[in-house]
Amino acid sequence: MLFELEDVTYSRGGAVVLRGVDARLPVGASSVVGPSGSGKSTLLRLLNRLADPDSGRVAYEGADVRERDPLALRREVSLVPQLPALIEGTVHDNVAYGPRLAGHSFDARSCLELSGLDPAFEDRDASKLSVGEQQRVMLARALALEPRVLLLDEPTSALDQAAREAVETTLRRLRARTAISLVLVTHDVAQARRLAEYVVRIDAGRVIAHGSAAELLAEPAEPVTTASAEDAS
Amino acid sequence: MLPVGASSIHVTLGEVAAALALVAIAAIASRSWHAGLEEDIGIAVVRSFVQLTAIGYVITVIFDQDSALLVIALITVMVVFGAFTARHRARQVPSSFWPLLVSLGVAAAATLGLVVGLGIFPATPRYMVPVGGMVIGNSMTSAAVALNRLGEDVHDQARKIEATLALGATSSQAVTPLVRRSLRSGMITLVDSTKTTGLIFFPGTMVGMLLAGADPTDAVRLQLILLYVLLGAVSIAALMSITLARRNFFTPAHQLRDPPAP
Repeated sequence: MLFELEDVTYSRGGAVVLRGVDARLPVGASSVVGPSGSGKSTLLRLLNRLADPDSGRVAYEGADVRERDPLALRREVSLVPQLPALIEGTVHDNVAYGPRLAGHSFDARSCLELSGLDPAFEDRDASKLSVGEQQRVMLARALALEPRVLLLDEPTSALDQAAREAVETTLRRLRARTAISLVLVTHDVAQARRLAEYVVRIDAGRVIAHGSAAELLAEPAEPVTTASAEDAS
Repeated sequence: MLPVGASSIHVTLGEVAAALALVAIAAIASRSWHAGLEEDIGIAVVRSFVQLTAIGYVITVIFDQDSALLVIALITVMVVFGAFTARHRARQVPSSFWPLLVSLGVAAAATLGLVVGLGIFPATPRYMVPVGGMVIGNSMTSAAVALNRLGEDVHDQARKIEATLALGATSSQAVTPLVRRSLRSGMITLVDSTKTTGLIFFPGTMVGMLLAGADPTDAVRLQLILLYVLLGAVSIAALMSITLARRNFFTPAHQLRDPPAP
Protein backbone atom coordinates (compact mmCIF):
# COMPACT_ATOMS: atom_id res chain seq x y z
CA MET A 1 0.00 0.00 0.00
CA LEU A 2 1.36 3.43 -0.95
CA PHE A 3 -0.38 5.53 1.71
CA GLU A 4 -2.45 4.59 4.75
CA LEU A 5 -4.29 7.09 6.93
CA GLU A 6 -5.50 5.81 10.29
CA ASP A 7 -8.00 7.81 12.36
CA VAL A 8 -6.51 11.10 11.14
CA THR A 9 -7.85 14.34 12.60
CA TYR A 10 -6.68 17.79 11.58
CA SER A 11 -7.91 21.20 12.74
CA ARG A 12 -7.17 24.65 11.48
CA GLY A 13 -8.04 27.86 13.27
CA GLY A 14 -10.30 25.98 15.67
CA ALA A 15 -12.30 24.31 12.88
CA VAL A 16 -12.02 20.56 12.38
CA VAL A 17 -11.04 19.95 8.75
CA LEU A 18 -10.51 16.16 8.87
CA ARG A 19 -12.20 13.99 11.45
CA GLY A 20 -11.20 10.39 12.02
CA VAL A 21 -10.17 9.75 8.44
CA ASP A 22 -9.25 6.15 7.55
CA ALA A 23 -8.10 5.72 3.96
CA ARG A 24 -5.74 3.64 1.88
CA LEU A 25 -4.23 4.73 -1.43
CA PRO A 26 -2.59 1.97 -3.51
CA VAL A 27 0.29 2.24 -5.96
CA GLY A 28 -0.97 3.59 -9.28
CA ALA A 29 -3.37 6.44 -9.92
CA SER A 30 -5.71 7.33 -7.05
CA SER A 31 -8.14 10.17 -6.67
CA VAL A 32 -9.58 11.92 -3.64
CA VAL A 33 -12.97 13.25 -4.70
CA GLY A 34 -15.22 15.63 -2.83
CA PRO A 35 -16.91 19.03 -2.88
CA SER A 36 -15.10 22.28 -2.13
CA GLY A 37 -14.20 22.59 1.53
CA SER A 38 -14.48 18.87 2.19
CA GLY A 39 -10.86 18.61 3.36
CA LYS A 40 -9.37 16.85 0.35
CA SER A 41 -6.58 19.40 -0.25
CA THR A 42 -5.67 19.21 3.43
CA LEU A 43 -5.51 15.43 3.18
CA LEU A 44 -3.08 15.77 0.28
CA ARG A 45 -0.80 18.09 2.28
CA LEU A 46 -0.56 15.48 5.05
CA LEU A 47 0.89 12.93 2.60
CA ASN A 48 4.21 14.77 2.15
CA ARG A 49 4.28 16.50 5.55
CA LEU A 50 3.43 20.00 4.46
CA ALA A 51 1.24 19.58 7.53
CA ASP A 52 1.04 16.98 10.29
CA PRO A 53 -2.24 15.65 11.73
CA ASP A 54 -3.36 16.58 15.24
CA SER A 55 -3.92 12.90 15.91
CA GLY A 56 -3.82 9.64 14.00
CA ARG A 57 -1.17 8.26 11.67
CA VAL A 58 -0.17 8.83 8.05
CA ALA A 59 2.04 6.06 6.63
CA TYR A 60 4.00 6.02 3.36
CA GLU A 61 5.04 2.56 2.21
CA GLY A 62 4.28 1.22 5.68
CA ALA A 63 6.30 3.77 7.72
CA ASP A 64 4.93 6.76 9.60
CA VAL A 65 5.76 9.88 7.55
CA ARG A 66 6.88 11.60 10.75
CA GLU A 67 9.80 9.18 10.87
CA ARG A 68 10.97 10.47 7.49
CA ASP A 69 13.08 13.53 6.81
CA PRO A 70 10.45 16.00 5.52
CA LEU A 71 12.72 17.45 2.85
CA ALA A 72 13.66 14.04 1.42
CA LEU A 73 10.02 12.93 1.61
CA ARG A 74 8.85 15.99 -0.36
CA ARG A 75 11.37 15.27 -3.11
CA GLU A 76 10.10 11.71 -3.32
CA VAL A 77 6.41 12.61 -2.90
CA SER A 78 6.11 15.86 -4.80
CA LEU A 79 3.06 18.12 -4.65
CA VAL A 80 1.73 20.31 -7.44
CA PRO A 81 -0.55 22.93 -5.86
CA GLN A 82 -3.91 24.04 -7.17
CA LEU A 83 -2.75 27.44 -8.41
CA PRO A 84 0.54 28.24 -10.14
CA ALA A 85 3.08 29.64 -7.66
CA LEU A 86 6.28 30.06 -9.64
CA ILE A 87 9.49 31.69 -8.53
CA GLU A 88 10.71 34.80 -10.33
CA GLY A 89 12.79 34.02 -13.40
CA THR A 90 12.64 31.87 -16.47
CA VAL A 91 10.93 28.54 -16.99
CA HIS A 92 14.39 26.94 -16.71
CA ASP A 93 14.97 28.65 -13.34
CA ASN A 94 11.75 27.12 -12.07
CA VAL A 95 12.46 23.62 -13.37
CA ALA A 96 16.02 23.79 -11.99
CA TYR A 97 14.98 24.98 -8.52
CA GLY A 98 14.27 21.63 -6.83
CA PRO A 99 17.12 19.61 -8.39
CA ARG A 100 19.65 22.34 -7.52
CA LEU A 101 18.54 22.27 -3.88
CA ALA A 102 18.93 18.52 -3.83
CA GLY A 103 22.17 18.50 -5.83
CA HIS A 104 20.58 16.30 -8.51
CA SER A 105 21.22 16.47 -12.22
CA PHE A 106 18.17 17.11 -14.40
CA ASP A 107 17.09 17.55 -17.99
CA ALA A 108 14.84 20.59 -18.17
CA ARG A 109 13.81 20.04 -21.78
CA SER A 110 12.65 16.47 -21.22
CA CYS A 111 10.71 17.55 -18.09
CA LEU A 112 8.97 20.25 -20.13
CA GLU A 113 8.23 17.81 -22.93
CA LEU A 114 6.86 15.29 -20.44
CA SER A 115 4.63 18.02 -19.02
CA GLY A 116 3.18 18.82 -22.43
CA LEU A 117 5.09 22.08 -22.83
CA ASP A 118 7.27 22.95 -25.82
CA PRO A 119 10.93 22.79 -24.67
CA ALA A 120 11.42 26.08 -26.52
CA PHE A 121 9.66 27.66 -23.51
CA GLU A 122 12.75 27.02 -21.41
CA ASP A 123 14.17 30.54 -21.62
CA ARG A 124 10.88 32.40 -21.40
CA ASP A 125 9.91 34.55 -18.43
CA ALA A 126 7.66 32.27 -16.35
CA SER A 127 5.49 35.16 -15.20
CA LYS A 128 4.53 35.97 -18.81
CA LEU A 129 2.99 32.55 -19.51
CA SER A 130 -0.73 31.77 -19.49
CA VAL A 131 -2.20 30.08 -16.40
CA GLY A 132 -2.38 26.77 -18.28
CA GLU A 133 1.26 27.03 -19.32
CA GLN A 134 2.30 28.01 -15.79
CA GLN A 135 0.45 25.01 -14.42
CA ARG A 136 2.45 22.78 -16.74
CA VAL A 137 5.68 24.46 -15.58
CA MET A 138 4.58 23.57 -12.04
CA LEU A 139 4.23 19.97 -13.20
CA ALA A 140 7.61 20.06 -14.97
CA ARG A 141 9.45 21.39 -11.93
CA ALA A 142 7.91 18.68 -9.77
CA LEU A 143 8.94 16.04 -12.32
CA ALA A 144 12.50 17.41 -12.37
CA LEU A 145 12.88 15.93 -8.88
CA GLU A 146 12.16 12.49 -10.36
CA PRO A 147 9.55 11.79 -7.66
CA ARG A 148 8.04 8.38 -7.10
CA VAL A 149 4.66 9.92 -6.29
CA LEU A 150 3.01 13.03 -7.69
CA LEU A 151 0.35 14.73 -5.57
CA LEU A 152 -1.92 16.86 -7.76
CA ASP A 153 -4.26 19.37 -6.11
CA GLU A 154 -7.07 20.23 -8.54
CA PRO A 155 -4.53 20.55 -11.35
CA THR A 156 -7.06 21.74 -13.93
CA SER A 157 -9.48 23.81 -11.86
CA ALA A 158 -8.08 27.11 -13.17
CA LEU A 159 -7.96 25.99 -16.81
CA ASP A 160 -10.33 26.17 -19.76
CA GLN A 161 -11.54 22.98 -21.41
CA ALA A 162 -8.77 22.79 -24.02
CA ALA A 163 -6.02 23.29 -21.43
CA ARG A 164 -7.76 20.81 -19.09
CA GLU A 165 -7.80 18.14 -21.78
CA ALA A 166 -4.14 18.83 -22.55
CA VAL A 167 -3.15 18.41 -18.89
CA GLU A 168 -5.19 15.20 -18.62
CA THR A 169 -3.48 13.86 -21.75
CA THR A 170 -0.14 14.79 -20.19
CA LEU A 171 -0.96 12.91 -16.99
CA ARG A 172 -2.09 9.82 -18.88
CA ARG A 173 1.10 9.90 -20.96
CA LEU A 174 3.14 10.32 -17.79
CA ARG A 175 1.55 7.22 -16.31
CA ALA A 176 2.18 5.29 -19.52
CA ARG A 177 5.83 6.30 -19.80
CA THR A 178 6.96 6.25 -16.18
CA ALA A 179 6.41 4.18 -13.03
CA ILE A 180 5.18 7.23 -11.14
CA SER A 181 2.10 6.99 -8.89
CA LEU A 182 -0.45 9.79 -8.88
CA VAL A 183 -2.76 11.03 -6.15
CA LEU A 184 -5.23 13.42 -7.73
CA VAL A 185 -7.50 15.67 -5.68
CA THR A 186 -10.52 16.87 -7.62
CA HIS A 187 -14.13 17.91 -7.22
CA ASP A 188 -14.74 16.66 -10.77
CA VAL A 189 -16.05 13.08 -10.59
CA ALA A 190 -15.74 12.65 -14.36
CA GLN A 191 -12.08 13.64 -14.24
CA ALA A 192 -11.43 11.15 -11.45
CA ARG A 193 -13.11 8.48 -13.56
CA ARG A 194 -10.91 9.38 -16.53
CA LEU A 195 -7.60 9.48 -14.66
CA ALA A 196 -7.78 7.29 -11.55
CA GLU A 197 -7.98 3.60 -10.87
CA TYR A 198 -8.85 3.95 -7.18
CA VAL A 199 -11.08 6.56 -5.56
CA VAL A 200 -11.64 7.89 -2.04
CA ARG A 201 -14.76 10.03 -1.63
CA ILE A 202 -14.67 12.59 1.11
CA ASP A 203 -17.27 14.99 2.47
CA ALA A 204 -17.20 17.35 5.45
CA GLY A 205 -13.86 15.96 6.57
CA ARG A 206 -14.97 12.32 6.57
CA VAL A 207 -14.37 9.46 4.16
CA ILE A 208 -17.78 8.40 2.87
CA ALA A 209 -16.72 5.80 0.32
CA HIS A 210 -13.71 4.18 -1.27
CA GLY A 211 -13.15 1.61 -3.98
CA SER A 212 -12.10 1.13 -7.57
CA ALA A 213 -12.94 4.05 -9.81
CA ALA A 214 -14.75 1.86 -12.30
CA GLU A 215 -17.10 0.52 -9.64
CA LEU A 216 -17.43 3.49 -7.31
CA LEU A 217 -17.89 6.20 -9.89
CA ALA A 218 -20.01 4.24 -12.33
CA GLU A 219 -22.99 4.50 -10.01
CA PRO A 220 -22.28 7.42 -7.69
CA ALA A 221 -25.54 6.90 -5.79
CA GLU A 222 -24.56 3.39 -4.76
CA PRO A 223 -20.89 3.24 -3.82
CA VAL A 224 -19.35 -0.22 -3.73
CA THR A 225 -17.64 0.26 -0.40
CA THR A 226 -18.93 2.73 2.10
CA ALA A 227 -17.36 3.68 5.33
CA SER A 228 -19.11 2.74 8.52
CA ALA A 229 -22.41 4.35 9.36
CA GLU A 230 -20.73 6.21 12.20
CA ASP A 231 -18.19 7.71 9.80
CA ALA A 232 -20.80 8.79 7.32
CA SER A 233 -23.11 10.37 9.86
CA MET B 1 15.77 84.26 22.17
CA LEU B 2 18.51 81.72 22.32
CA PRO B 3 22.08 82.98 22.67
CA VAL B 4 24.10 82.38 19.50
CA GLY B 5 27.81 81.75 19.37
CA ALA B 6 28.14 80.60 22.96
CA SER B 7 29.89 77.35 23.78
CA SER B 8 26.79 76.15 25.64
CA ILE B 9 23.22 77.35 25.81
CA HIS B 10 20.52 77.60 28.45
CA VAL B 11 16.94 76.92 27.37
CA THR B 12 14.09 78.10 29.58
CA LEU B 13 10.73 76.38 30.01
CA GLY B 14 9.14 79.51 28.58
CA GLU B 15 11.02 79.00 25.33
CA VAL B 16 9.89 75.37 25.22
CA ALA B 17 6.29 76.51 25.82
CA ALA B 18 6.59 79.04 23.01
CA ALA B 19 7.48 76.22 20.61
CA LEU B 20 4.07 74.70 21.34
CA ALA B 21 2.64 77.32 18.98
CA LEU B 22 3.89 75.13 16.15
CA VAL B 23 2.13 72.13 17.69
CA ALA B 24 -1.08 74.18 17.68
CA ILE B 25 -0.73 74.55 13.91
CA ALA B 26 -0.51 70.77 13.60
CA ALA B 27 -3.60 70.30 15.77
CA ILE B 28 -5.57 72.91 13.82
CA ALA B 29 -4.59 71.30 10.52
CA SER B 30 -5.69 67.89 11.80
CA ARG B 31 -9.02 69.28 13.05
CA SER B 32 -9.69 71.28 9.89
CA TRP B 33 -9.15 68.23 7.67
CA HIS B 34 -10.77 65.73 10.07
CA ALA B 35 -7.53 63.74 10.19
CA GLY B 36 -8.39 62.62 13.73
CA LEU B 37 -4.86 63.18 15.01
CA GLU B 38 -5.58 65.83 17.65
CA GLU B 39 -5.64 63.35 20.50
CA ASP B 40 -2.47 61.63 19.27
CA ILE B 41 -0.73 64.98 18.89
CA GLY B 42 -1.71 65.86 22.47
CA ILE B 43 -0.45 62.52 23.77
CA ALA B 44 2.76 62.91 21.78
CA VAL B 45 3.40 66.37 23.26
CA VAL B 46 2.77 65.24 26.85
CA ARG B 47 4.73 62.01 26.49
CA SER B 48 7.70 63.68 24.82
CA PHE B 49 7.81 66.31 27.57
CA VAL B 50 7.56 63.81 30.41
CA GLN B 51 9.89 61.22 28.87
CA LEU B 52 12.60 63.66 27.81
CA THR B 53 12.45 65.54 31.14
CA ALA B 54 12.77 62.25 33.01
CA ILE B 55 15.64 61.02 30.85
CA GLY B 56 17.27 64.44 31.27
CA TYR B 57 17.37 63.94 35.04
CA VAL B 58 18.59 60.36 34.61
CA ILE B 59 21.37 61.48 32.26
CA THR B 60 22.37 64.23 34.68
CA VAL B 61 22.74 61.65 37.44
CA ILE B 62 24.69 59.29 35.16
CA PHE B 63 27.01 62.07 34.00
CA ASP B 64 27.59 63.14 37.62
CA GLN B 65 28.24 59.56 38.77
CA ASP B 66 30.46 58.76 35.76
CA SER B 67 29.66 55.07 36.27
CA ALA B 68 29.99 52.50 33.47
CA LEU B 69 27.49 50.26 35.25
CA LEU B 70 24.84 52.97 35.17
CA VAL B 71 25.48 53.49 31.44
CA ILE B 72 25.10 49.77 30.78
CA ALA B 73 21.92 49.68 32.88
CA LEU B 74 20.40 52.60 30.96
CA ILE B 75 21.27 51.09 27.58
CA THR B 76 19.83 47.73 28.68
CA VAL B 77 16.56 49.43 29.66
CA MET B 78 16.45 51.21 26.29
CA VAL B 79 17.04 47.91 24.45
CA VAL B 80 14.22 46.17 26.36
CA PHE B 81 11.76 49.03 25.81
CA GLY B 82 12.84 49.22 22.17
CA ALA B 83 12.09 45.51 21.69
CA PHE B 84 8.66 45.89 23.35
CA THR B 85 7.82 48.88 21.15
CA ALA B 86 9.01 47.25 17.93
CA ARG B 87 7.08 44.07 18.76
CA HIS B 88 3.79 45.94 18.44
CA ARG B 89 4.73 47.07 14.94
CA ALA B 90 5.59 43.52 13.84
CA ARG B 91 2.34 41.87 14.89
CA GLN B 92 2.31 39.34 12.05
CA VAL B 93 5.62 37.86 13.16
CA PRO B 94 5.17 35.07 15.73
CA SER B 95 7.15 35.55 18.98
CA SER B 96 8.98 38.61 17.65
CA PHE B 97 10.12 39.92 21.06
CA TRP B 98 13.21 37.73 21.48
CA PRO B 99 14.60 38.29 17.98
CA LEU B 100 14.10 42.03 18.47
CA LEU B 101 15.69 42.02 21.91
CA VAL B 102 18.75 40.13 20.73
CA SER B 103 19.15 42.17 17.53
CA LEU B 104 18.86 45.52 19.33
CA GLY B 105 21.26 44.35 22.03
CA VAL B 106 23.83 43.13 19.51
CA ALA B 107 23.48 46.27 17.37
CA ALA B 108 24.05 48.49 20.41
CA ALA B 109 26.94 46.44 21.80
CA ALA B 110 28.67 46.01 18.44
CA THR B 111 28.47 49.64 17.35
CA LEU B 112 29.35 51.16 20.72
CA GLY B 113 32.16 48.64 21.09
CA LEU B 114 33.50 49.52 17.66
CA VAL B 115 33.37 53.29 18.10
CA VAL B 116 35.25 52.96 21.38
CA GLY B 117 37.64 50.33 19.99
CA LEU B 118 38.44 52.45 16.93
CA GLY B 119 39.09 55.46 19.14
CA ILE B 120 36.23 57.51 17.66
CA PHE B 121 34.62 58.27 21.02
CA PRO B 122 35.92 57.82 24.56
CA ALA B 123 34.06 55.29 26.72
CA THR B 124 32.52 57.94 28.96
CA PRO B 125 28.84 58.47 29.81
CA ARG B 126 28.78 61.82 27.95
CA TYR B 127 29.39 59.97 24.67
CA MET B 128 27.98 56.50 25.30
CA VAL B 129 24.53 57.57 26.49
CA PRO B 130 23.50 59.85 23.59
CA VAL B 131 25.17 57.68 20.94
CA GLY B 132 23.60 54.57 22.47
CA GLY B 133 20.18 56.22 22.44
CA MET B 134 20.51 57.13 18.77
CA VAL B 135 21.78 53.67 17.84
CA ILE B 136 18.98 51.87 19.69
CA GLY B 137 16.25 54.22 18.45
CA ASN B 138 17.26 53.88 14.81
CA SER B 139 17.88 50.15 15.15
CA MET B 140 14.43 49.71 16.67
CA THR B 141 12.76 51.48 13.75
CA SER B 142 14.81 49.55 11.22
CA ALA B 143 14.14 46.15 12.81
CA ALA B 144 10.42 46.91 13.23
CA VAL B 145 10.02 47.98 9.60
CA ALA B 146 11.98 44.95 8.37
CA LEU B 147 9.96 42.48 10.46
CA ASN B 148 6.67 44.15 9.60
CA ARG B 149 7.49 43.75 5.92
CA LEU B 150 8.59 40.16 6.44
CA GLY B 151 5.35 39.31 8.26
CA GLU B 152 3.21 40.87 5.54
CA ASP B 153 5.15 39.15 2.76
CA VAL B 154 5.03 35.71 4.40
CA HIS B 155 1.28 36.11 4.86
CA ASP B 156 0.70 37.38 1.31
CA GLN B 157 2.97 34.82 -0.33
CA ALA B 158 2.09 31.77 1.75
CA ARG B 159 1.08 29.82 -1.37
CA LYS B 160 4.38 30.48 -3.09
CA ILE B 161 6.33 29.63 0.06
CA GLU B 162 4.47 26.36 0.52
CA ALA B 163 4.96 25.49 -3.17
CA THR B 164 8.70 25.98 -2.62
CA LEU B 165 8.68 23.85 0.52
CA ALA B 166 6.92 21.18 -1.54
CA LEU B 167 10.01 21.04 -3.76
CA GLY B 168 12.19 20.14 -0.80
CA ALA B 169 13.33 23.65 0.15
CA THR B 170 14.16 24.34 3.78
CA SER B 171 12.20 27.05 5.53
CA SER B 172 15.22 29.38 5.25
CA GLN B 173 15.51 28.75 1.52
CA ALA B 174 11.77 29.28 1.06
CA VAL B 175 11.86 32.79 2.55
CA THR B 176 15.18 33.92 1.07
CA PRO B 177 13.55 36.17 -1.59
CA LEU B 178 11.47 37.80 1.14
CA VAL B 179 14.50 38.37 3.37
CA ARG B 180 16.12 40.52 0.68
CA ARG B 181 13.04 42.72 0.41
CA SER B 182 12.59 43.00 4.19
CA LEU B 183 16.23 43.94 4.74
CA ARG B 184 15.92 46.58 2.05
CA SER B 185 12.75 47.96 3.66
CA GLY B 186 14.44 48.16 7.04
CA MET B 187 17.48 50.03 5.77
CA ILE B 188 16.26 52.14 2.88
CA THR B 189 14.96 55.07 4.96
CA LEU B 190 18.30 55.71 6.62
CA VAL B 191 20.25 55.06 3.41
CA ASP B 192 18.08 57.56 1.54
CA SER B 193 18.29 60.17 4.28
CA THR B 194 22.07 59.70 4.42
CA LYS B 195 22.21 60.29 0.67
CA THR B 196 20.28 63.54 0.90
CA THR B 197 21.73 64.85 4.13
CA GLY B 198 23.06 68.39 3.79
CA LEU B 199 21.07 68.91 0.59
CA ILE B 200 17.44 68.50 1.60
CA PHE B 201 17.69 68.46 5.38
CA PHE B 202 20.14 69.06 8.20
CA PRO B 203 20.31 66.16 10.61
CA GLY B 204 19.51 66.68 14.27
CA THR B 205 22.95 66.36 15.80
CA MET B 206 24.44 68.90 13.42
CA VAL B 207 21.58 71.32 13.99
CA GLY B 208 21.91 70.90 17.75
CA MET B 209 25.65 71.56 17.67
CA LEU B 210 25.26 74.60 15.42
CA LEU B 211 22.57 76.01 17.70
CA ALA B 212 24.84 75.40 20.67
CA GLY B 213 27.53 77.46 18.97
CA ALA B 214 29.91 74.71 17.82
CA ASP B 215 32.26 75.15 14.91
CA PRO B 216 30.42 74.05 11.71
CA THR B 217 33.32 71.81 10.67
CA ASP B 218 33.16 69.95 13.98
CA ALA B 219 29.37 69.72 13.72
CA VAL B 220 29.57 68.23 10.23
CA ARG B 221 32.28 65.73 11.16
CA LEU B 222 30.46 64.54 14.24
CA GLN B 223 27.27 64.19 12.22
CA LEU B 224 29.11 62.12 9.60
CA ILE B 225 30.49 59.81 12.27
CA LEU B 226 27.00 59.31 13.69
CA LEU B 227 25.47 58.66 10.27
CA TYR B 228 28.08 56.01 9.51
CA VAL B 229 27.64 54.44 12.94
CA LEU B 230 23.87 54.37 12.44
CA LEU B 231 24.20 52.74 9.02
CA GLY B 232 26.16 49.93 10.61
CA ALA B 233 23.75 49.63 13.52
CA VAL B 234 20.55 49.48 11.46
CA SER B 235 22.02 46.90 9.11
CA ILE B 236 22.97 44.70 12.06
CA ALA B 237 19.55 45.15 13.70
CA ALA B 238 17.53 44.54 10.53
CA LEU B 239 19.53 41.56 9.34
CA MET B 240 19.75 39.89 12.73
CA SER B 241 16.07 40.39 13.57
CA ILE B 242 15.06 38.93 10.19
CA THR B 243 17.48 36.01 10.52
CA LEU B 244 16.25 35.16 14.01
CA ALA B 245 12.54 35.78 13.36
CA ARG B 246 12.13 34.00 10.03
CA ARG B 247 12.26 30.56 11.62
CA ASN B 248 9.29 31.50 13.82
CA PHE B 249 6.98 31.25 10.81
CA PHE B 250 7.77 27.54 10.49
CA THR B 251 7.69 24.33 12.49
CA PRO B 252 10.91 22.31 12.88
CA ALA B 253 9.60 20.09 10.05
CA HIS B 254 9.73 23.05 7.64
CA GLN B 255 5.95 23.55 7.63
CA LEU B 256 4.25 26.95 7.63
CA ARG B 257 2.63 27.51 11.03
CA ASP B 258 -0.09 29.52 9.30
CA PRO B 259 -0.56 27.71 5.98
CA PRO B 260 -2.53 29.22 3.10
CA ALA B 261 -6.26 28.58 3.09
CA PRO B 262 -7.14 25.61 0.84
